[in-house]
Amino acid sequence: MLRFIVKRFASALLVMFAISVLVFLIFFATPGVDPAARIAGRNADPATLAQVRHSFGLDRPMPVRYLLMMRHLLINRDLESFVNRGSRVIPQIVQATPVTLSLVVGAALIWMTAGIVMGTAAAALRGKAADPLIMLVGVVGVSLPAYWLGEVVNLITQKQLHSSVFSWVPPPGYVGLDHPGQWALHLLFPWLTLALLYAGIYARLLRGEVVTALNEDYVRTARAKGLSERRILIRHALRCSLIPIVSLFGLDFGALVGGAALLTEVVFGLPGIGKLTFDALQNLDLPVIMGTVLYAAFFVVLANALVDILYARLDPRARHA
Amino acid sequence: MTARTTPSEVLLRASDVTKHYPLRADGFSRHRRVLRAVDGVSLEVRGGETLGIVGESGCGKSTLGRCLVRLTELTGGRVEFDGRDISTLSTRRLRPVRPGMQLVFQDPQASLNPRRRAGDTVAEPLLVHRYGDAAAVRRRVAELFDVVGLAAAHLDRYPHEFSGGQRQRIGIARALATNPKLIVADEPVSALDVSIQAQVLNLFADLQEEFALTYVFIAHDLGVVRHVSDRIAVMYLGEIVELGETEALYKEPAHPYTQALLSAVPDIDDGADAPRRERIVLTGEVPNPVDKPTGCPFRTRCPYARELCATERPRLTPTASGRHTACHFPLID
Amino acid sequence: MPDQPLLDVRDLRVSFRTRQGSVTVVDGLSFSVAPGEILGVVGESGSGKSVSMLAVLRLLTSPNVTVEGEVRFRGRNLLTLPDKEMRAVRGREIAMVFQDPMTALTPVYTVGWQIAEQIRAHEKVSRKEAHARAVGLLSDVGIPDAASRANAYPHEFSGGMRQRAVIAMALSCGPALLIADEPTTALDVTVQAQILDLMRELNAQGSAVVLITHDMGVISQIADRVLVMYGGRAAEEGPRRAVFHGPRHPYTWGLLDSVPRVGGPRLRRLPTIAGMPVAPGNLPDGCAFAPRCRLRHDRCEERPALRDFGDSAHRDACWLPDDNRASLRLTSRAAATDVPDMEREATP
Repeated sequence: MLRFIVKRFASALLVMFAISVLVFLIFFATPGVDPAARIAGRNADPATLAQVRHSFGLDRPMPVRYLLMMRHLLINRDLESFVNRGSRVIPQIVQATPVTLSLVVGAALIWMTAGIVMGTAAAALRGKAADPLIMLVGVVGVSLPAYWLGEVVNLITQKQLHSSVFSWVPPPGYVGLDHPGQWALHLLFPWLTLALLYAGIYARLLRGEVVTALNEDYVRTARAKGLSERRILIRHALRCSLIPIVSLFGLDFGALVGGAALLTEVVFGLPGIGKLTFDALQNLDLPVIMGTVLYAAFFVVLANALVDILYARLDPRARHA
Repeated sequence: MTARTTPSEVLLRASDVTKHYPLRADGFSRHRRVLRAVDGVSLEVRGGETLGIVGESGCGKSTLGRCLVRLTELTGGRVEFDGRDISTLSTRRLRPVRPGMQLVFQDPQASLNPRRRAGDTVAEPLLVHRYGDAAAVRRRVAELFDVVGLAAAHLDRYPHEFSGGQRQRIGIARALATNPKLIVADEPVSALDVSIQAQVLNLFADLQEEFALTYVFIAHDLGVVRHVSDRIAVMYLGEIVELGETEALYKEPAHPYTQALLSAVPDIDDGADAPRRERIVLTGEVPNPVDKPTGCPFRTRCPYARELCATERPRLTPTASGRHTACHFPLID
Repeated sequence: MPDQPLLDVRDLRVSFRTRQGSVTVVDGLSFSVAPGEILGVVGESGSGKSVSMLAVLRLLTSPNVTVEGEVRFRGRNLLTLPDKEMRAVRGREIAMVFQDPMTALTPVYTVGWQIAEQIRAHEKVSRKEAHARAVGLLSDVGIPDAASRANAYPHEFSGGMRQRAVIAMALSCGPALLIADEPTTALDVTVQAQILDLMRELNAQGSAVVLITHDMGVISQIADRVLVMYGGRAAEEGPRRAVFHGPRHPYTWGLLDSVPRVGGPRLRRLPTIAGMPVAPGNLPDGCAFAPRCRLRHDRCEERPALRDFGDSAHRDACWLPDDNRASLRLTSRAAATDVPDMEREATP
């Protein structure tokens, strides 16, 4: 096990390094662009430009520039945003993290519950009318783009029906956990919007797995034992089907925590990692981009590793492989 | 299927063939574990005869079959076919040798490309070895179909349209296409129904007579192996433990494993045959080939095991009667 | 000696609805099992032997299946029982083990847990007690170190051990009848012998066994009575000795003759049954075996009933004259061996 963890850790570092180099090169190696001007912003005076050049070692070779950047970012942690002068990258990320976590954890709970219930019900009722209906809901959820759905939700809750049905819906934005009621209320529709997308995927996936499991020999044995259909469905078929689902969930969750719920955050005005990344990209704010990309990469890599370990816990066969 | 020709030249000779699969060292263990699939097998097959190889799961008989026709690389030892040493030939050098030795597989469903028509599957070896023009190939394929008992109408059908027995016939036709001298059949009838099995076994017999074929017949069914073979090799955990003429071996096995194996077979009792042999109950199961016992591989289950069996590995040695046994204390001399 | 059979199946009919129409897989099958006896059911693919036993336990769950007839077990017709009562029969009064031990157990639970699950489904016992019983059962079927093996997962068992565990589980509630569908086919011959020994032991302790197999040798060694099936119907049925020493149905002759033996004389060519086993969709109106039978005649276009000839225990479904069967068999066998065997299948 120890060897496994060490190996994963090493490969994680390698991945992160590769990503950081890539982002760095996109910025600094793009031909025809003067990085100093970009960094210093528009209308920078020559003194600022010179200072930027020196600070970022723009007159030094590429690898040195990279190392300087990394030192500022990770070791000194004093890398400043190009756009918001005086605002440091790392603290910004730290501040945005709880927002994203709130969004993602809540949505995950909702979509996993809904997905598992819908998927299992559809599998149990396969062949009957309810099965395709449930799957239809799933397909709809997958097809609606989050940003469009979010905007529509906003349109309805903030404008059209705000005065009547949805008067209780607060304006877009985030409230911290110190006001739990408001916190949840602000996050309600973001949760539902994000969850709808994933619930569809997971319901579909789970249905397929459960239907397959119900045709397996061990289910036939369970029936021959005299167990009730319900017990067989949940304790045997579902339990075995959850293994691949949980693995996939780990990967999705990791990506989302890293900021993949970007559009949802933007649409609902939640100042999370996603929005931070979005704004930085719009403004070509390199240090922030570097920071958020590395942050995202870290979580994806971490999620991958954890999923592998989790798989071994869930599936006894994998432990001896 | 007795050899009708006088004992002829040795067509295939295996000398100390080994095939090892290294396994990934697990966790913290220092030394690499090795799966000794085939662990020092020597045998000879003469032209026109049928050598049966029998054993239970994990004994390495299928791996040995693939080694004999160089479908896999050997880890050690030598294989000579028709006078040539084919053990280490490159793929290119092996090409002209391959038409002479062919393989028939166990699972007729898995060994036929489901997207190819039956006729095309049989034609492929002819095309690969440049048999002739398209017309010549077509004629030959039709001829082969006829020989194995399939109708011309079957040429254009896909595998899923055939029964198991028919699919096996297609596989046999494919093996015959290049006019081989040697056919290695790996469990060719195990997946077939009993009544179809008999048909295919008869087909093997007829083909051997008609085309002067030599067979290496690998199976786990002792009745089937007895029926087809002139001589039999019994394998256990990668080694041959006994080798000899079929009838003599079945009547009086020399190796304790052969004895136990024969006693365990549920033979049909229809009142006609001699009283059943006494049942020898083996304890436990076949050890994992990765954890092969030291000394004699069979000693952990052998009712007659003694001290010597744990320390020294018995080699396949001839006895006075022409039988070869790998046992320190064989049951007959 | 109780007269009442333990299991009495009458005119069982199982059909599947497919795109090509209705396919009858079991076509009017009747047989019975006496308490404590071993019935060997032998047949090739398409004979309906497995499907008929799945139908007995109502394990055919596809909505496209129709099961008709009567399955009387201890006086009740299982086919008309409400689901809840049927579940009480399964695993407790009738148990079933299947062919492939490698996939028979749920991979994510320990073997002990799965055995205990069955016990607790039928009896009101505590977890601890159920687990203790599970350990005892594993030990009874010859699994060494049962206490720690009970906490192992199925994939940690070898094939033979897994089959033993499955048998232990099946017998956990002391059923009167065990149905075993090809229980040793996937196992090595030495392991098979051990499992058959185990079944003999269990039978000696009181369970009746229905053993389904294609292996005549196995039947010959273990069964009290034999049922030979072909084309979803019974071809021959009777005490083992009678069926093996004096078989009456041409299909049984074919089966016995075409198996290469370990003992006895060696044949140059095996007598064969012409053609292929009949596919379930293609059952003829008359005798199912007629198309492949060398002794077929006009009468065979009418389906023969299962009849006995004096010896009420030994019955067969064939129109051949009753008194001449043995010599008919010899002529048929001679014909079967002579024909050079280029069977051309007359497939449509």
